[in-house]
Amino acid sequence: MNKPTTTARGVYTIPEERRIGGKAHLALVTRRNAAERRFRAYGIAALGLSLLFLVTLFVTIIGNGASAFRQTYVKLDVNFAADVLDPDGKRDPATLGSANYLTLVRNTLRSQLPDTEGRAALREAQGLISSAANYQLREMVLADPLLVGQTRPVWVLASALVDATLKGGIDRNLPESDRKISDRQLGWLDKLAAEGRIERRFNSVLFTAGDSREPEQAGIWGAVMGSFYTMVVTLALSFPIGVAAAIYLEEFAPRNRWTDLIEVNINNLAAVPSIVYGLLGLAVFINWFGLPRSAPLVGGLVLTLMTLPVIIIASRAALTSVPPSIREAALGMGASKMQTVTHHVLPLALPGMLTGAIIGMSRALGETAPLLMIGMVAFIVDVPTGFTSHATVLPVQIYLWADSPERAFVERTSAAILVLLGFMVAMNALAVILRKRFERRW
Amino acid sequence: MKHNALALAIVAAMAAGAAQAQGARDTISIVGSSTVYPFTTTVAETFGKGSGFKTPKVESTGTGGGMKLFCAGVGVQHPDITNASRRIKPSELDDCRKNGVADIIEIKVGYDGIVVANSKKAPTYQLTRKDLWLALAKEVPDPKGGDKLVANPYKSWKEIDPALPDNKIEVLGPPPTSGTRDSFVELVMDVGCKDFPAMKALEAADAKRHKAACQTLREDGAFIEAGENDNLIVQKLEANPGALGIFGYSFLEENLDKVHGSLVDGHSPTFEEVADGKYPIARELFIYVKKAHIGVIPGIKEFIAEYTSEKAMGKDGYLADKGLIPLPDAMLKAVQADVKAGKVLTGL
Repeated sequence: MNKPTTTARGVYTIPEERRIGGKAHLALVTRRNAAERRFRAYGIAALGLSLLFLVTLFVTIIGNGASAFRQTYVKLDVNFAADVLDPDGKRDPATLGSANYLTLVRNTLRSQLPDTEGRAALREAQGLISSAANYQLREMVLADPLLVGQTRPVWVLASALVDATLKGGIDRNLPESDRKISDRQLGWLDKLAAEGRIERRFNSVLFTAGDSREPEQAGIWGAVMGSFYTMVVTLALSFPIGVAAAIYLEEFAPRNRWTDLIEVNINNLAAVPSIVYGLLGLAVFINWFGLPRSAPLVGGLVLTLMTLPVIIIASRAALTSVPPSIREAALGMGASKMQTVTHHVLPLALPGMLTGAIIGMSRALGETAPLLMIGMVAFIVDVPTGFTSHATVLPVQIYLWADSPERAFVERTSAAILVLLGFMVAMNALAVILRKRFERRW
Repeated sequence: MKHNALALAIVAAMAAGAAQAQGARDTISIVGSSTVYPFTTTVAETFGKGSGFKTPKVESTGTGGGMKLFCAGVGVQHPDITNASRRIKPSELDDCRKNGVADIIEIKVGYDGIVVANSKKAPTYQLTRKDLWLALAKEVPDPKGGDKLVANPYKSWKEIDPALPDNKIEVLGPPPTSGTRDSFVELVMDVGCKDFPAMKALEAADAKRHKAACQTLREDGAFIEAGENDNLIVQKLEANPGALGIFGYSFLEENLDKVHGSLVDGHSPTFEEVADGKYPIARELFIYVKKAHIGVIPGIKEFIAEYTSEKAMGKDGYLADKGLIPLPDAMLKAVQADVKAGKVLTGL
């Protein structure tokens, strides 16, 4: 077998079939090509699987959440009866403010709907419209006292029950005992719908209100503002501190055991579970400094601790990517070390630093665990107005709604997730744009 | 110099925040149980809209976590009220007293039923607490006889009681951190293990071992810890009609189209049966108020008046709409009278 053969090109010890173009060689090539195709197929399968997960996630969230952006309203002919609102006829704002608007709502329902005799029936009728109606009528009267004594058509918020029924969340064909809405209520609803008194509009409450226990009155604006204040604190502290630390470590610090130790620690800190920062924040900022619980200031400080390592690492990477020739040229022209850094290195590294900061911030925006420890997992109705007012943040709002028994919170949870995802996508897009726009390649 | 100014500004901002926190607080601060959270938040919201005071802030920290914060001391940085899905423990009361929180007003707000439910696609179970214990305890008396405890051999409900369906034992329930789990252990497991001669013998011989044997849930896959989120348990029951789930009554009420509650000791988990005290797995819910804060933080007195009012806690009150099982009339009257008189907790 190993007998040398002589051809025009030389002397071979390799048998014919194993030479290039031989049978064995061709088989090997086929095998290798097959292996390569398989390898690519694995990659495509992995990609397909992750895309599938992503699509499933989006489809479920959008499927659940899309309906939350519309909200049902009911038109009632409200008689702003003078004897209920203002028995003594003086139109005194204090009297008008403290009048019993619930009676007004009840009287309206009684006159509008059939069979509302008796307490139980009236309670069921009241279940059709949101308890926000009382406050809405109160606002209307206080804004325009001339309404007293008149009858006006008013669009009021429908209750979450009605909203869910009309959106198909409650199956009308189930036996009465198995659904929350009664036959009598369904009858009233059909009557109202037939009279054109039911309308679905854009759910502006969701974007303007704070939290509420009544799903139809609950909104994310309070949480969005809470997130905003928290992020302002985080950005204002973590970006300058992170960049300063990175510049010192990269440009000025001597390379020795201490700086190595610091570097290792920074890398480790980036991987510490975020709840640990919450515990630290509780111990240091609240118990020791005496800062208030549930405040965006403390939330921002805790998230600063969490974001700092990320920003330092990204900023150092951005600084290293600036070629040494730039520094050498500046130094060669007689610039001081600080001038070199501030005039040349920093401007060139800044896009990379900003990208790192934005990615760190979007991580901080989605964080809930550390905020649990410092009291930001809370029911806050009033929209926060400053850094020390009580606040919660978007992901916490999602968590709290997901834990609520009321069915109507399911769609609101998904809607809030969509808003949070929107913010995340916007921030990451900004990071990409900054990089594309300003990054210099060497 | 510019940098120094910036640093100074940050420190000043923090100091200002601290000063503000230490000074006055005009919002009531409430912490505690996630089970009472839906009810307290409802009262807080109504109170905030109607009273002219600011809406109280309600944190969901769990009963134990809430007690710890509540008992940490008197002063504006400490919460005014804590929610609890069980009574305060003697150790917690001691802790409170040690930190100067001497006068505590205890308000019983109502009941919460714990239901054992399954999907509507499957028939309703008729269970006893003994059945539940036999199905869920890690160790049970040997079914072949004798006083020895063996690792739980039951695989199917039929093996426990021939009247029960021949379904695999699969129960989804809350993790140990949950107050619902504590109550389930206390109200079902502790009671269910009482009737066995083997357990009685053990109780006499070794009380500690007896307690562990009664309370330890099995870890062989028949009991599944499904997380704190009760909505998730309902979803899983819907997907798996063979399984049972343990969760709070308000979640049953919201999901009556998907799940139904099993009868326990012959009583079904309905509003009426829990309110009458017939349904056996029901617990009392409390709020605890720091008396020293009344008059310091504005609105506390008015807030507890709103909480204990007929329109909130009463039979047709708005809390009943949220799934709270109200107190019997006589007890509500007593609670209202105690609150009015400012009666404090003297001992347990």
